[in-house]
Amino acid sequence: MELNNFYEKRKIPLAWLLLTRQPLRILVAIAGISFAGILMFMQLGFRDGLFDASVTVHKLFDADLVLISPRSKSSISMSGFPRRRLVQAMAHKDVMGTTAVNWNFLLWRNPENLSTRSILALGFEPSKPLLIDNDFERKAKTLKNKGRVLFDDLSRDEFGPISSWFNSERIVETEVAGKRVRVSGIVSLGPSFGADGNLITSSETYLELSPGNPKGSIEIGLVRLKKGSDIEKVVRSLNLSLPSDVKVMSLKSFIDFEKNYWKSSTSIGFIFTLGAAMGFIVGCVIVYQILYSDVSDHLPEYATLMAMGYNLRSLLGVVAREGFILSIMGYVPAYISGQFLYALVRSSTKLPVEMSFSRASIIFCLILFMCMGSALAAMKKLADADPAEIF
Amino acid sequence: MKNINNNTLNIASLNHWYGQGEMRRHVLQSISMEISPGEVVLLTGPSGCGKTTLLTLIGALRKVQDGDLKVFGKQLFGASRKTRQNLRKNIGMIFQGHNLLRCLTAEQNVQMGADLLNGFSYKARRAQSREWLRAVGLEDHLSKLPHDLSGGQKQRVAIARALAARPKLLLADEPTSALDSSTGREIVDLLKKLALKQSCSVLMVTHDPRILDVADRLLRMEDGQILPSV
Repeated sequence: MELNNFYEKRKIPLAWLLLTRQPLRILVAIAGISFAGILMFMQLGFRDGLFDASVTVHKLFDADLVLISPRSKSSISMSGFPRRRLVQAMAHKDVMGTTAVNWNFLLWRNPENLSTRSILALGFEPSKPLLIDNDFERKAKTLKNKGRVLFDDLSRDEFGPISSWFNSERIVETEVAGKRVRVSGIVSLGPSFGADGNLITSSETYLELSPGNPKGSIEIGLVRLKKGSDIEKVVRSLNLSLPSDVKVMSLKSFIDFEKNYWKSSTSIGFIFTLGAAMGFIVGCVIVYQILYSDVSDHLPEYATLMAMGYNLRSLLGVVAREGFILSIMGYVPAYISGQFLYALVRSSTKLPVEMSFSRASIIFCLILFMCMGSALAAMKKLADADPAEIF
Repeated sequence: MKNINNNTLNIASLNHWYGQGEMRRHVLQSISMEISPGEVVLLTGPSGCGKTTLLTLIGALRKVQDGDLKVFGKQLFGASRKTRQNLRKNIGMIFQGHNLLRCLTAEQNVQMGADLLNGFSYKARRAQSREWLRAVGLEDHLSKLPHDLSGGQKQRVAIARALAARPKLLLADEPTSALDSSTGREIVDLLKKLALKQSCSVLMVTHDPRILDVADRLLRMEDGQILPSV
């Protein structure tokens, strides 16, 4: 009923007609707004993608708590701590199990063209859980033989066509840190900022590949708690009971710790946010220009409408609606292009850049804000419309 | 003697100045006049004598500086912007140029006038717009843009637009100046006929001597004063 009433009260859609009867102007406007939108989608997408990529492995850890050395700053500079601390942690009544993980960069030789490249190697006890993956336990069993590794098929192509060779039943052997290894399985982790690729092996093989590693020293300790334990409480009590050469944190704060490193200690966040801000400003300038010249061009017509008895508020409404229409018309192509470009980025860089709902809505709000702000600025020009001047 | 509050327009000792200080010019000097409902009044005079200023004051487009100006019995001296704005809905205006909205068709332009009326459905307002365009003889040009209409046709659309808002007073500022003589004559006749049909008063400023005979009353202005009628 209300809606019907509203429908009957509707008037000539002046804002829509003003825009659409000037196809060139609206095309320029849409192109400009979409460009700004695409720029924001890309910059923010890259930023979030890079931050997400820095924790691809972290997120997969089968753990409630993580032990690291207080000297560790990020995944690319992990320091060791005594493995004994994990055993000591076992003494806590809520701890169910632990896994000691070695984590370091080793040189991988591409079996196809024999070039070498740094790869992130994880060493662990194959009988213990490491990753949350249904099939991982089976793959881990293959590591019990010495000199076997699991290769991450999302690693960059420069490491060689490992997974396609492996899947075609071929025996894939290559060198890691100058020692021969055989690929016994494929996992899917994903590259990050620091690491172009990943491999997983047993602690035994790891120590062989990296003989300089101090005995009994590990980089990461995974701790699993009994069901229903209070994670924060266990973190506090372990931090109190364990010596200060180790730091205990929840898996979530471990992930945040890594993301924070890239956010605060590098200029990545700043660069991409600045890029998005530039897009925003460019968009503002374009929309303002379009709306301002639109108002200026139609000033005598606006004045005529005022002389006819339309009040200033209804005319301001026309400009506001123009801004709103432009924001919708500019956002849709920006969103679609964003999806395409994200797919392109995913396939060529293997970064986990996804169209998230929150980013899509943030950018819609930014575009709306951009258009409405510009409309507001262009409205000032409307005050120049003096109906007494048109006679 | 009629009750003057029923008059469409009452003006008594209206003064108006432009500019400040030394440059101040007295453009309207104690003007007094009135228009009764349904009357067609023509205002002539040399350019620069203040006709247009008077028109904009009556049309509530300017603030009254001094004197009495009542439109439909409403005092405009000291009236707020909102009062003036609301009053304008009851005053139709036809300009020298047609001042149509370029991006709207003839029909939509007329509907911009009809849209000012409250209490009519969209369909009713559209039907009225068509009716007005038919009345001015443009039923075949409903969906043409102003760009595609001739000068006379545009002025007809402007008349239809002004009348579509059902004004009680119609102000026209040299509506024929851009038209040739026969078209000008037609337009003025049409204007008078349609205005009288809904008992709307007309105040028309004109230079055109060929259309003076449509007036019920003729006012001459010179140097900001209305000359005593002959």
